[in-house]
Amino acid sequence: MTVYYTKEHEWVSVEGDTATVGITDFAQGQLGDVVFVEVPAAGRAVSRGDEAAVVESVKAASDVYAPVSGEITEGNQAVVDEPSLVNTDPEGEGWFFKLSLSDTGELGELMNADQYKAYCDEQG
Amino acid sequence: MSDEAAALPLDSWHRSRGGRMVPFAGYAMPVQYEGIMAEHKWTRDSAGLFDVSHMGQLIIGGPDAEKGLESLLPADLTLLKDGRLRYSLLLNEEGGIIDDLMVTRRGNHFYMVVNGATKAGDIEHLQARLPRGAVLDHMKDQALLALQGPKAVAALARLAPGVEQLGFMTGAAFEIGGTKAWISRSGYTGEDGFEISIVSKDAETVATMLADQDEVKPIGLGARDSLRLEAGLPLYGHDLDQHSTPVEADLTFALSKRRKAEGGFPGWPRIARELEDGALRKRVGLKVEGRQPVREGALVLDGEGNEVGKVTSGGFSPSLEVPIAMAYVPWASAEPGATITLESRGKLFTGTVTPMPFVPHRYQRKGGAA
Repeated sequence: MTVYYTKEHEWVSVEGDTATVGITDFAQGQLGDVVFVEVPAAGRAVSRGDEAAVVESVKAASDVYAPVSGEITEGNQAVVDEPSLVNTDPEGEGWFFKLSLSDTGELGELMNADQYKAYCDEQG
Repeated sequence: MSDEAAALPLDSWHRSRGGRMVPFAGYAMPVQYEGIMAEHKWTRDSAGLFDVSHMGQLIIGGPDAEKGLESLLPADLTLLKDGRLRYSLLLNEEGGIIDDLMVTRRGNHFYMVVNGATKAGDIEHLQARLPRGAVLDHMKDQALLALQGPKAVAALARLAPGVEQLGFMTGAAFEIGGTKAWISRSGYTGEDGFEISIVSKDAETVATMLADQDEVKPIGLGARDSLRLEAGLPLYGHDLDQHSTPVEADLTFALSKRRKAEGGFPGWPRIARELEDGALRKRVGLKVEGRQPVREGALVLDGEGNEVGKVTSGGFSPSLEVPIAMAYVPWASAEPGATITLESRGKLFTGTVTPMPFVPHRYQRKGGAA
């Protein structure tokens, strides 16, 4: 299992050709208390950069973009039912969706953990 | 003007307590400390300390102050007793709202608190129109704190004995730990509470004394916004602007009886007509179906999908755990219970017109009820 990160503060955990996507601890900290999550339905094809999910905190709404292309295999009903999971366990139980990768080559353009940490430090 | 956010007297105090600073009304201000939801609930259950030093604090004195102000505001200042405050509006010639404010009669002058983002324009407006016998002073060296919540009175009375005697919308001079303060029983959360005006150099000392009370935690702008939204209180620049009238904005309580009858304030012809016949639109509260908040800028649609209004504030109510909003809707659709169709980010939502406040006010109208 390898974890990648995006500049939009998503994490992508890859096992074989399946990726699990969520938002990072840094992102949930910036958003604050999450009150609403919308996840994509299984079977939907997404291209990298498409709006795939919605996350709203008390104060702000943001889109979660598909960090890689593929077909959605599952949206996480648990975060729809209990949006605060995104705050309490963003990089675990608070995942948003899983997809089957259509182009593993896209992963090469994402950041690894060290690169992402440096990126967050820059955002200060 | 520079884009840099100016520092307020409590800037380093907020930072040292973990406040996340954001630009607001030209100043760096704390949007949150531990989190909006927790701060919101703390204020509803205990007492929250807010720094509102960005607001403009003005003194209007001189023999013609009362007459001069009455020519610009729809309040009956002749009925305003010493040490009492009321909510009022600066109006333009079309009846639009230049700002909303609190005005207090304080001995031989009026003390006025106006919004931070609009204070420069307000001062210019007032100075251009007040008669020569009225003198305006902008108290630039004054900080303003608010202590809000059901336990605010217990916490503040420990430091400034006697504040428990103030009734809602009255104020008086006190000493708080040896520092002179003007304290009024008022606020912007719907809770019982106080607003405390002190000179800037004392702000850190007073804020620390207050925050050291067990009931008190510092609260950021984020919770201030969700609290005032639940309380149904409009936010200037969002729910009110130069194009909204007091009738449209459902603020007719700010139009005093004598002034409604006599006029003599800007925009009166239009306002009198709207009082008689109704306006084209009205600010209402909405409860929104589902869990997804509908935000400022979302559209109000009619049956044919035409835009007929706008959401001016919206968010998730931490107390009610449902999305709530304020919107301008057509006058005929403003009745409580009316169903309103909203569109946000390409998605349709259903709102129900709901009387405000969404969360009941808990003002202490009589003193002594600590």
